[in-house]
Amino acid sequence: MLNKKNRAVLFNPLSKDNPVLVQILGICSSLAVTAKLEPAIVMGISVTAVTAFSNVIISFMRNTIPNSIRIIVQLVVVAALVIIVDQVLKAYNYEVSKQLSVFVGLIITNCILMGRLEAFALANKPWPSFLDGIGNGLGYGIILVIVATIRELLGSGTLLGYHVVPQWLYELGYENNGLMILPPMALITVACIIWAHRSKNKDLQETN
Amino acid sequence: MNKQGNLYTIIYTAVIVCVVGAALAWVSLTLKPKQNDNIRIDKMQQMLSSLHVVSDKTNAIELYDKYIVDEYIIDSSAKKVDGNAFDVNVANEVKKDASERLLPVFVCNIDNSTKYILPVYGTGLWGPIWGYVSVNDDGCTVYGAYFSHQGETPGLGAEIATENFARQFDGKQLFKDGSFKSVAVLKKGQKPVGGEDYVDAISGGTITSKGVQSMLFSCLSCYSAFLSDLQNNKK
Repeated sequence: MLNKKNRAVLFNPLSKDNPVLVQILGICSSLAVTAKLEPAIVMGISVTAVTAFSNVIISFMRNTIPNSIRIIVQLVVVAALVIIVDQVLKAYNYEVSKQLSVFVGLIITNCILMGRLEAFALANKPWPSFLDGIGNGLGYGIILVIVATIRELLGSGTLLGYHVVPQWLYELGYENNGLMILPPMALITVACIIWAHRSKNKDLQETN
Repeated sequence: MNKQGNLYTIIYTAVIVCVVGAALAWVSLTLKPKQNDNIRIDKMQQMLSSLHVVSDKTNAIELYDKYIVDEYIIDSSAKKVDGNAFDVNVANEVKKDASERLLPVFVCNIDNSTKYILPVYGTGLWGPIWGYVSVNDDGCTVYGAYFSHQGETPGLGAEIATENFARQFDGKQLFKDGSFKSVAVLKKGQKPVGGEDYVDAISGGTITSKGVQSMLFSCLSCYSAFLSDLQNNKK
């Protein structure tokens, strides 16, 4: 079940082949939903669920799909799963679904999904495809959580809504940085993470 | 059968569409009641916030039943209209002419005094904004307010949803010298031309703040006949 090849499929996207840091996919939503930690976690879980199950479904169907409508079939599967996630959130976690608003629907346009379906699920068996989906979803989710932690901590002084910056620090004149809440700081935070990641993994650095 | 042929492709698409369509319809039908409950509870929580009653999703219905004693629909001349006030879609009503709008009124009893909650709906910078304003039984003094938005800029326009902003409206007068003036939302240091009461706008959220101001004026002015009646009854 988890031989060496499958382990690589599952764990590579977490760092060496991270969809956000290395493939630079899914940047749009990682800017939009990372002002607070909770929506970022929910978004990470949602994307993981959608990539995993769409990978499995497409992998099961891969030998039957006519080549000319391959992308359309992938879109239909992804769109259906995203709508189901959106409906479930509306029914069981209304607060978060209000915060995520349009971004759940926009999972459909997340490049990670179509990228994995085209590059992996169409050519592999369901089980490795499932692991690949989980791995890439988690790789995306981890970056979201890191960015959201930095932004919520510095921007609002809270984590998951609980105050963590002590009151005496405010009394000494510390202030929350309102700039961290705004989307540009998410871009800069992601860029800093990519910088740190590449300086640790020398083989990822591009030379020209 | 040729898997790249036209007939196969068409049949394949048709089957996929039917299967996916059926699956989605089933999901939607199963979850609909739960979603509607959530929307109702959310609306109750928003109304309770305008009364300074803090609620969560577990006790919202209980608190709503405790404080809201009556609800009805009026028209712009303050005559009662048949219908369920809670189910009136304010977003659709504001598109109509003032004389044709259905105006919901929620009567509440809090600490043995009567308050009236009036819904408002307007446009901010990026999308719709809405809120609830509760008015004392003198028909003039604002008791509390609650605002929310769909997608205003976080940290700027979105600040209208904070308690600090809404709290500013407490005690403001909607009428001056017997005529309806609403409450203005102005930059610090500015004074309103018409002499009406005003609150501080959100710095950096000017367009959203102006949206709140015009939303209050246009929505509450429809209630001015109703509010005047309240004032006359009180005298």
